[in-house]
Amino acid sequence: MARSKETLMLLLDVGPSMHPYLADVSKCMTTLIHRKLMLSKNDEVGVVYFGTTETDNELNKEMEGYHNIVVVEPIAVVSQDLAHRLENIPCGFGSSDFLDVIVVGCDMLMKKLGENKKGNKRLCLVTDAASPVREPSEGTVEDQVRNIAERMGEQGIKLDVVVVRVGQNFLINSTGQHQNDVLLDLFKLHTQAEIGIARTATSMLGIIRPRAVSPTTLYRGDFELTPDLRIKVWVYKKTSQEKLPTLKKYSNEAPASDSHATREVKIDTEYKSSDNPDVSVPPEQRTKAYKYGKNFIPISSSMEDSLKFKPEKGVKLKGFVKRSDIPRHYFLKESSIFLPEPGHQKSIVAVSALARAMKEHDYAAVVRCVWRQGQTNVVMGILLPFVSAQENVADGFYFNVIPFLDDMREFRFTSFSSMPESLQPSCEQQEAAYNLVRMLDLSPSEDEELLQPEQTINPVLQRFYYFLHLRSLNPEAKVPPLDESLRCIVEPDLLRLDENQYAINQFSQQLTLTPNIQENGKKSFWKGERRDGNVLQIKDEPAFMDVDMKNPGSVSFNSLASRKVEEIGSANPVADFEALMARRDSPEWVGKAIQGMKKMIYDLLDSAYNGNTYEKALACLISLRLGCVIQEEPLEFNFFLRDLKTKGSTIRLQDFWQQVMGKKITLISKDEAPDSNVGAAEAASFLTSEKLIAKKEEPADEIDEMEALLGGAMS
Amino acid sequence: MDYRSLSGLFEDEEEEQEDTYDTDLLANKEYLVYLIDSGCDMMLPFEKGESCLKWAMKAVEENLKKRIIARDDKVGICFFNTLKKKNIQEADGVYVWSELDDLSAELIRNFRSLHGSFQKDIGSQVTAAANAREHPLHDALWVVQAMLRSGVKNVEKSVVIITNNDDPFGDINDAFVRKDLERTTIQRALDAQDLGINIELVALNTPDKLFDKTFYNMITQFEGNEDASQDSEPSSRFDDLVDTLRRRMYKKRIVRKMLLTVGSGTEIALKTYALIRPAVPPSHIFVDSRNNQPLKIERTYICSDTGALMHEPLKRFEEYQGKKVVFSVDDVSDIKRISSVQLRLLGFKSMSCLQPYHNLRPSTFIYPDEVAVKGSTCAFIALHRAMVRLNKYALACLSSRATFQLVALVAQEEEGDSTNGMNVIYLPYSDDIRPAEKYHTSISPISKASEEQVEMATDLIKKLHLKNFSVTDIQDPALQKQYRIIEAVGLEEDDISEIEDETLPDSKRIERASFFAKIFKNSVFGEQYDEEEAESAAAKEKGGAAAQKRKAAAELAATEAQEYNWVQLADAGKLKSLTTEQLKIYLRANGLPLLGKKDILINRILTHLGK
Repeated sequence: MARSKETLMLLLDVGPSMHPYLADVSKCMTTLIHRKLMLSKNDEVGVVYFGTTETDNELNKEMEGYHNIVVVEPIAVVSQDLAHRLENIPCGFGSSDFLDVIVVGCDMLMKKLGENKKGNKRLCLVTDAASPVREPSEGTVEDQVRNIAERMGEQGIKLDVVVVRVGQNFLINSTGQHQNDVLLDLFKLHTQAEIGIARTATSMLGIIRPRAVSPTTLYRGDFELTPDLRIKVWVYKKTSQEKLPTLKKYSNEAPASDSHATREVKIDTEYKSSDNPDVSVPPEQRTKAYKYGKNFIPISSSMEDSLKFKPEKGVKLKGFVKRSDIPRHYFLKESSIFLPEPGHQKSIVAVSALARAMKEHDYAAVVRCVWRQGQTNVVMGILLPFVSAQENVADGFYFNVIPFLDDMREFRFTSFSSMPESLQPSCEQQEAAYNLVRMLDLSPSEDEELLQPEQTINPVLQRFYYFLHLRSLNPEAKVPPLDESLRCIVEPDLLRLDENQYAINQFSQQLTLTPNIQENGKKSFWKGERRDGNVLQIKDEPAFMDVDMKNPGSVSFNSLASRKVEEIGSANPVADFEALMARRDSPEWVGKAIQGMKKMIYDLLDSAYNGNTYEKALACLISLRLGCVIQEEPLEFNFFLRDLKTKGSTIRLQDFWQQVMGKKITLISKDEAPDSNVGAAEAASFLTSEKLIAKKEEPADEIDEMEALLGGAMS
Repeated sequence: MDYRSLSGLFEDEEEEQEDTYDTDLLANKEYLVYLIDSGCDMMLPFEKGESCLKWAMKAVEENLKKRIIARDDKVGICFFNTLKKKNIQEADGVYVWSELDDLSAELIRNFRSLHGSFQKDIGSQVTAAANAREHPLHDALWVVQAMLRSGVKNVEKSVVIITNNDDPFGDINDAFVRKDLERTTIQRALDAQDLGINIELVALNTPDKLFDKTFYNMITQFEGNEDASQDSEPSSRFDDLVDTLRRRMYKKRIVRKMLLTVGSGTEIALKTYALIRPAVPPSHIFVDSRNNQPLKIERTYICSDTGALMHEPLKRFEEYQGKKVVFSVDDVSDIKRISSVQLRLLGFKSMSCLQPYHNLRPSTFIYPDEVAVKGSTCAFIALHRAMVRLNKYALACLSSRATFQLVALVAQEEEGDSTNGMNVIYLPYSDDIRPAEKYHTSISPISKASEEQVEMATDLIKKLHLKNFSVTDIQDPALQKQYRIIEAVGLEEDDISEIEDETLPDSKRIERASFFAKIFKNSVFGEQYDEEEAESAAAKEKGGAAAQKRKAAAELAATEAQEYNWVQLADAGKLKSLTTEQLKIYLRANGLPLLGKKDILINRILTHLGK
């Protein structure tokens, strides 16, 4: 993708009031340069400090004035050295006049690129805008700003301003700051200017746009309201997810000493005939085939092409709807924006009229879009009004894709109001929730919003580019920790004061949340299994699978209690056992269930042939252990497991015991059930000690036999 | 698949992770038996004078056609209350028309033609044996259970009973026998449920009687099985019937289970569901066009430096400042691991902070998981209520193996079709947001609509208002068409009927609004607008001054070029004796580039002449 080259001037305030933030500024600047080095390495950057003690710039030499401004880096192609030099920004003790430095910046851009030349020119000003600007010899400061801004507009110089107000809120702005803010806002009226107020170090990183994406339209053409009423629009992307760059595959085939090696890997994809795997089938002999049940239906590309849905390019209005007709969560993809064709006055007014009417009466427009000729699908979307607050920016519409019937899966979930009383929050609990929502407020006023998406940089990308830089200097470099200024994205307590802690504590106390040990234990159990790549294969045992594994939570003890199971049958022992354990009509059932299950496990093992019942027995054992934990019968289980271990040391049952160890089914410790006579350490060592002994005692040929058996059972 | 799972971590796709999660843990394949009642009640007329049975079979056919394209299921078809019997258990009144098997075009074709011969081949049981000890419904459940016996991991098993008879034992006179049969039938259903078979009901209303679900609820609904039973209302129309069957194809699938962490120790358990996801076009493979055999894809990795064949490389690199910076899988995974907390609450924001463009991908629905953490439902309801009342959404960060994302949790209230819960909306970072509004910032103020023009626009908008609009009314025409093609070829149908493009605007409504459209147009664009546009289009057609000049020059060159015999000059090697200006006459006449030195020009002419 060709991107137009950008020339950027960094204008950095180093005056006394900025000293506390210079470290953050320097981090922002290096982040910016690192990213440019990777994504747009031909961009040019110049750096000017202002608020310095000294003065060193051409305008000063040419025509006096412009004091306390030092050009430290003339405009040059970005380099790692530049990033390095920006790591330490020196403090200055002069006064900071941001207007003067803007003029110096513009002057440098124009001298470098020539006047009236096209090109991507941008100033990036970082200041706290605390010191007053110099009064001009004639006219007002406002006039001066307007003049400069108009000149910038004519020359196409964009301006990004980061106003550093870390730890300050709107109310305590001094009048001097306020005046300066007004002056900066004036720039917006005449050139493309973006002014961001950084109240946290996080937002400072976010406000500085690391790279300028050259705008490309998704669509240019008519927006057809009726066949007779067409408005000329251009459509741009408004959001587009910036991803990690696709890394190249690395080959270490060439010797390390070969500095000219490209290290690249080619991927060769071949389509091989199923009759003869040595024959590669050329493209013209390949036909697409769609799966249709057990058959594949070949459809030639020419046929497919002739039958394909081919709508005409264009954007048509389907109709207007009330905004609430399209819920927010229907928005399907990244957003775009519809703008009237630049310079087409009539379309600008038409879009403006519609957007304002839609905003006033809360309407949205449903549109049918075919962006390009030859596109083989249509996109349905919704337009919401964008009414510009600036008089030099045209009104438009935000566009979001909405789903088709085919994309929706409608399900009903139990209504909260019909939930049983026991699950409803009490008055106190509800009050705690209200307090939490009120206190953890990230948007306390109109002008203040913390962690605003527009000002929050992607921490993964930030870390990636920083790491790339580190590793380019040192191939052994480790991944750095998350940048300090981005930690508040992960740890909310860093964001706000102690008052929140009270609300959180109150919420935690009022709403008791108890993790279900049964569920959690099981979950981590299975998870652990999967990581080991040692998944228990369950065959011909749907009951076990459905009850125990597929949906661990779906069968509650309560539901099972309603069925009157009397004993444990061989068809479905786990479910029977759980049902028995859940019976409340007599205390006998628990004992019966445990005894029954033990017998079942022994029976299964006794009847085993080539380990064919082991999976079932194992499932029973797991279930038995769980039941004993819940019913606080650890001794029953521990006794049984010890017995099993003795039996497991016989050759016949050795392979089964191996599986028990593989599943880490150990004694129930005191931690799990207080009645247990076994400590956690003993429980843990119960299996390992056995393992060592087993290894010692097992003759080699028996291991082979065991593997053969296991192989048979597991395949 | 191996290839993707290995290199998956280098990708940036959350969606991919969701997919693998699905296949790992949850059933994505279904074994399904349609159990169709063909008793005498089903002979009652349903729509257009045709019987319930006919429409039920038609609906099943439609469902099979959808299912064969969209899913990878096995299907069996069984009738009960039949005259003839066909099942290995030799039960009366049960006819297994097709055992559980992969779907095929042949099956659908046969099923389609079955209706004509149904009475001859299978027959409907006209009167139930009044004192029978066995009952076809009971036996059918037994037969079906056997059909679904074969167990494969992660397969969901279901029986869909299609009937219009809400009192299957009504004909039995003996109250004791009836009670007994009811009891054993319910027990039968319970047993099936225990084996992991869901039993669902798709009921038809008969014109004079609404279906009463009292009895069937005992078969299909069990306590503690909140996720399984999604019972639909009985259908009165064929379209409803098709729709009911279509809906149940999409199971309520849990995408992920996770914990929402509030503060340092409070964790609310959640289940997440993908309720809105772009439907994917049908997948294809490549076959050898000579024998229609599937082709095997073989990927080989070749080192560009040495040409050696290698294994899939596990390292990646990036060119940075002339150096090759190498990354391992672990490095990338470390970079992506920002937090170990799955979903952490950061705070709350007013709903007005959520801009229309704060969106990256389809939302995910969340609902409390009481089973994993007791108390989750209560906490969730309390938060939900507070957020709705205070008009706030929650900001949270969501971490997974593949991404780290800021998300908005927006409370969804119960209203009409939508259920209560919260939606996760994926927020962009500053890196993802473009200042597109300001691309065309003007250096001076630009015109905005006057109040009067806004008034006119309002009138037009009201006239073009779509009342009762729902996105769920519109089908994707491109997808429909593609399905239609595959189906037609698969079922060997000759005509591919045109699908209706529901996305197009309704011309009648547009027509009705034309008066207001005209007023608006005249006010904003002026009455002469069309003429002006036509003129400027015509001017463009003609081309600008420069284009006209070029055209004239080419014409001139063409006449001049005729004065030379180029072929002869070329053959005689005399092109060299011409001046470059003379050579350019040929080039200009033939629209060739004029740049270059003399011998380059000569070469260009020779090439063009084909010498």
